[in-house]
Amino acid sequence: MVKPADRDAPARQVPVRVPLRPARLRPVWLVVGLLAVVGSLVVGVSVGPVTLPLTGVARELVSLLPWVDLDSGLSERQQALLLELRLPRVVLGLLVGGLLALAGACYQGVFRNPLADPHLLGVAAGAGLGVTAVITLRRSGGGAATGALPFATPLAAFVGAITAVAMTYALASRGGDRAPSTLILSGVAVSAFLAAGQTFLMQRDADAIREVYSWLLGRLGTAGWRDVLLVLPYAVVTAAVVLLHRRDLDVLSVGDAEASALGLDPQRTRYLLTAAASLGTAAAVSVSGLIGFVGIIVPHTVRLLAGVGYRTILPVSALVGGAFLVLADLVARTAAAPAEVPIGVVTAFLGAPFFVLVLRTSAVARS
Amino acid sequence: MTAADPVIETRDLRVELGGNRILDGVDLVVHAGEWVTVIGPNGAGKSTFLGAVTGLVPATGDAYLLGRDVRRMRHRERARLVASVAQSPVVPPGVTVLDYVLLGRTAHIPRFGRESAADLDVVHDVLVRLELHAFTGRVLTTLSGGELQRVFLARALAQQARLLLLDEPTSALDIGHQQEVLDLVDALRRDHELTVLTTMHDLSITGAYADRVVLLAGGRVVADGTPREVITEAALATHYQARVRVIDTGDGPLVVPIRAR
Repeated sequence: MVKPADRDAPARQVPVRVPLRPARLRPVWLVVGLLAVVGSLVVGVSVGPVTLPLTGVARELVSLLPWVDLDSGLSERQQALLLELRLPRVVLGLLVGGLLALAGACYQGVFRNPLADPHLLGVAAGAGLGVTAVITLRRSGGGAATGALPFATPLAAFVGAITAVAMTYALASRGGDRAPSTLILSGVAVSAFLAAGQTFLMQRDADAIREVYSWLLGRLGTAGWRDVLLVLPYAVVTAAVVLLHRRDLDVLSVGDAEASALGLDPQRTRYLLTAAASLGTAAAVSVSGLIGFVGIIVPHTVRLLAGVGYRTILPVSALVGGAFLVLADLVARTAAAPAEVPIGVVTAFLGAPFFVLVLRTSAVARS
Repeated sequence: MTAADPVIETRDLRVELGGNRILDGVDLVVHAGEWVTVIGPNGAGKSTFLGAVTGLVPATGDAYLLGRDVRRMRHRERARLVASVAQSPVVPPGVTVLDYVLLGRTAHIPRFGRESAADLDVVHDVLVRLELHAFTGRVLTTLSGGELQRVFLARALAQQARLLLLDEPTSALDIGHQQEVLDLVDALRRDHELTVLTTMHDLSITGAYADRVVLLAGGRVVADGTPREVITEAALATHYQARVRVIDTGDGPLVVPIRAR
């Protein structure tokens, strides 16, 4: 038997200090994310049926900052177009895209499942059912109920979202099969069920169909700053809760039993983060409809480029997700101009092949 | 909590899972600095016992760590007292040795905070001690079985807990690596005054390292004593239904299976 002293000898001879670089968020990735946001914002507000001069746009945007006063050289009409139509739409895109990407990354960590995504888990369908219920209710209920309705929409979406994710999780947990595809198949079943409920509600009111459909396919609102203000508080709460727990998601990556032994309460963490991600999804869905695959494309790209730690994935995904959706919206607005392609169609065109890629690599990783 | 408190004390510990009684009233006291190995046939409840001791497996009866009821402890408190290595730990994809070992600091890092220089110092010392300092940037999935086992151990040691629970720490290793890991645990136990509780299948290895052996069968403690007292031909015949010869080598009992004729 080797005596303990013999084993100690080589270790004690190490004189140098080994540099340790833990997987924290590196400033360079934060900068990349911020540049993506700023870049997409400037391009997003400049391009459209009427193209605005880039320098004028940049100067106008800078002059919006406090204690900066710049003359942009834009005409009053151009200013109105920029500030009242395009800027709110782009800011909404940043918020919705950021929320969907953040929620996707969060679900992937919470469920330890690379395929988790607000849409594939049925969360978006649940939120959609909630919103549809509010729309049909508003049409049948008339004036009295309408007053409180702007805030009822995200709330109803949240109730639908939470119910859906609980159903999906409960379905997948039975039988103890831990394959990633089980969770997703449960999500598909729940989505189908909730979508049926949604169709049922819609068919009862022919007038609601058009309104629901135009919202369903996913669009960034043209309701000016109203939608932005509606979604902003939810975005802040979601981002705060998820980002505060970013390290906990890394701890969860070793599974519940080991996470618990390391000092984390896995159930509580899972409930809290699922609720936060579902709140963000619900808020995004209630203003922009069903925009799929952002929660898959963005976190996986970030993971691939910037590393596997959630302390990097979460904040960078939020930034890049926003930029991604603004650019997707740009494609949606211009690809078939003057008509507008639903933005959900654009993200699905990109996302579906991407999903297949993730499916393949995760299947390879498991075997 | 006083210095005289046993590190582990269980009284009438019972666990039922899915209608099956896994532990049927286990009483055990483990004192500071001891190395206690729990042995027993498959399904005897060894792993369940480790889980119940730390409160991870729901149990009735009493389980105390350093005089305190384990079920009244918060996850963080408990993780500072007891560190464990699971039988087959999850290997998260893409994670480096350093980040994995840093997970061991979870109970010491403030909630919503990040690891301090002191945390990195602890991890650095552990990595050097386990000769993993050349591997810090390596991704776990690229390591060999022996290296991986040292990484699991490193994460547990980074917790700086006084009690180390190892569930079959050597089952995936060849005999050389088994010896390497257990010698390391033994050295660490002396240097850091750790108390070690392990489960083990290999009885000869058990005899060579444990101060004390507890034989679990049918969810109960059926023998408790030195390796020489517990690992006997009669006990193995009764509880393992095994035909073996036990040879006393002076270093511990050597268990040799006898072929059926």
